[in-house]
Amino acid sequence: MRLVSARLIRTSWFRMAIGYAVLSIALVTMLFSLLYWNTAVFVAEQTEETIEAEITGLAEHYRQAGLFGLTEVIQERAQGQRLSLYLLTDPNRRPIAGNLNSWPAATQPGEWIDFDYQRPVGSRMVEHRAHAQHLVLPGGFHLLVGYDVQDQVRLEQRMRQSMIWIGALALVLGLGGGLLIARHWLSRVDSVNKTAGEIMDGDMSRRVPVSGTDDELDRLARNLNDMLDRIEALMTGLRQVTDNIAHDLRSPLNRLRARLEVTLMSEQDKEVYRDALNETMAETDELLKTFNALLLIGEAESGLDRSKLETVDLTARIADAVELYEPAAEEAGLVLEADIAWDIVVRGNPNLISQAVVNLLDNALKYTPKGGTVHVRAGKTGDQPFIEVTDSGPGIPEAERARVLNRFVRLESSRSTPGSGLGLSLVAAVAKLHGAKLTLGDNAPGLQVRLEFPAAAVR
Amino acid sequence: MTEQWDKTMRILVVEDDKDAAAFIAKALGEAGHIVDVADNGEDALGIASEAHEVLIVDRMMPKLDGLQMVEQLRSQGIATPVLFLSALGKVDDRVAGLRAGGDDYLVKPFAMAELLARVEALGRRKGAPETQTKLTCGDLELDLISRDVSRGGEKIDLQPREFKLLEYLMRNAGRVVTRSMLLENVWDYHFDPQTNVIDVHISRLRGKIDKGFDTQLLETVRGAGYRLHAPG
Repeated sequence: MRLVSARLIRTSWFRMAIGYAVLSIALVTMLFSLLYWNTAVFVAEQTEETIEAEITGLAEHYRQAGLFGLTEVIQERAQGQRLSLYLLTDPNRRPIAGNLNSWPAATQPGEWIDFDYQRPVGSRMVEHRAHAQHLVLPGGFHLLVGYDVQDQVRLEQRMRQSMIWIGALALVLGLGGGLLIARHWLSRVDSVNKTAGEIMDGDMSRRVPVSGTDDELDRLARNLNDMLDRIEALMTGLRQVTDNIAHDLRSPLNRLRARLEVTLMSEQDKEVYRDALNETMAETDELLKTFNALLLIGEAESGLDRSKLETVDLTARIADAVELYEPAAEEAGLVLEADIAWDIVVRGNPNLISQAVVNLLDNALKYTPKGGTVHVRAGKTGDQPFIEVTDSGPGIPEAERARVLNRFVRLESSRSTPGSGLGLSLVAAVAKLHGAKLTLGDNAPGLQVRLEFPAAAVR
Repeated sequence: MTEQWDKTMRILVVEDDKDAAAFIAKALGEAGHIVDVADNGEDALGIASEAHEVLIVDRMMPKLDGLQMVEQLRSQGIATPVLFLSALGKVDDRVAGLRAGGDDYLVKPFAMAELLARVEALGRRKGAPETQTKLTCGDLELDLISRDVSRGGEKIDLQPREFKLLEYLMRNAGRVVTRSMLLENVWDYHFDPQTNVIDVHISRLRGKIDKGFDTQLLETVRGAGYRLHAPG
């Protein structure tokens, strides 16, 4: 992998790093400008003030002591290694006194100039920078008073150089750091992408690697993995359901087909054909009922829009269902008893709740032998509404109770009873949708089905 | 078969599935009705006229779907009863259909007997005012205000639900009503329980209104539902 690839540059991390680098360079520049202003410019101003003071002093001395006096003072001050520079000339710019050999350049009176001059350092002559002002004295004499600013020049140079170095360093560190961070993150994000790609290619068992640092990417990876676990479990469940559906619908279709085939094998009476068609139609109706039940379970399992849940009068729903089944129970020689508290209210889908209650009653009546009793109880334990349907039928062995909630599961003992094996599956789906707890218990003898709803927020 | 449906209606079937439309048209035709067919909502808007007594409209169709078509129809002031057919069977879908101006809603797949019964009930709705306070069927009388029921002057005691059941049957006297129609209109259940619980309710009602009388008013129509005999 090259250090800088186009992909890397496109990452948000890299762009962020560049931004920070630019920002830090700007900061460094500002800082240095301030520093430069406060030192170099200040020192230059100080120099000019010193020169101006000296010029004022020398001009005053000239007025009082004349040319000779001035020459004497200049000679005296120009001695030694002092940094002040002087040059006094006659009107034709011929030097009279001072420590400069010649007038450095053509100047106007009162003008500030910068010039280079040769200064003896030890035995050598070194070129130094100087700053000076030109003054014309009465009598046409010219006076140049200056100051050696070589140290200042050097300081400024160093400051400028430092600034360039620090700027470059900030740029390199900013960019390099950005690159490294971007590469690091990119490689981790890449591993997530790689996993996602492998999963999309069909390997559902892949999981995002977790680095173990417990940072935000790790937390993201863990959440993704949890999500993948859940999806995998759901997919496995779905596959099982699909297999079951295919399997369980195949047998009635086979039966149906066999009947048609046998009927068509030989010439028959009109009545025989009619009967065969009628029976076929009845079986088709059963199949359609199964499909409808499956669709309803799917509808309940896929969850409903929470906002569409409404306040359901559970008391009325149960009372209606009991009233609907009462004659059928009597007909079957069963006693249907109801013990329903008033004003039980839950949040939910009224149609699905009714259907679940109806399925519970349907089941209880179907499996209870003649002379038995089916009891429907509804009320509240604390704030939690519940409905309980008990029968005096054969019940369900404890080991089988969880299994019968699955689609199409019918116990061996109930094979002779008509039914699709979907009744309790729907109740389970409706319970899940409403956040209700569904428990199957022993009524000794018989089955006890209890549905406990969460405490309703509304009264 | 035809004597069963004693009134011929003109019906418009709007359905884009050609085979389904043909089956429906055949079933309605054999029941003695005159059938027009359109295969999309736009054409149907052109064809629909005052002459039609019932419209059977599929919900999902190309160009103009069933809901929009009926909304347009209603906005034009055409009040012909509409029966929606749809593969969408959730309660929300049903509500959307009725809100768009439909009068009944039948989820696919359905039994032809169910469709015929519902179409008959819709076609009849036009003539029968719902404001009358007393329903009569031969010597059977039902007073909607005092809630008294009597046959041949003899008072009959009915439970509230039995009263509702009889009221629905009397409003549709002479027509077949299916179990689903009873569940929907009398119990407000939009699903069919596994066990046939309606039969027992009917036989109880029959025990109260027919027992001891020579003319049996409430009959079971095999493979379809029940019918309260309208005296000829």
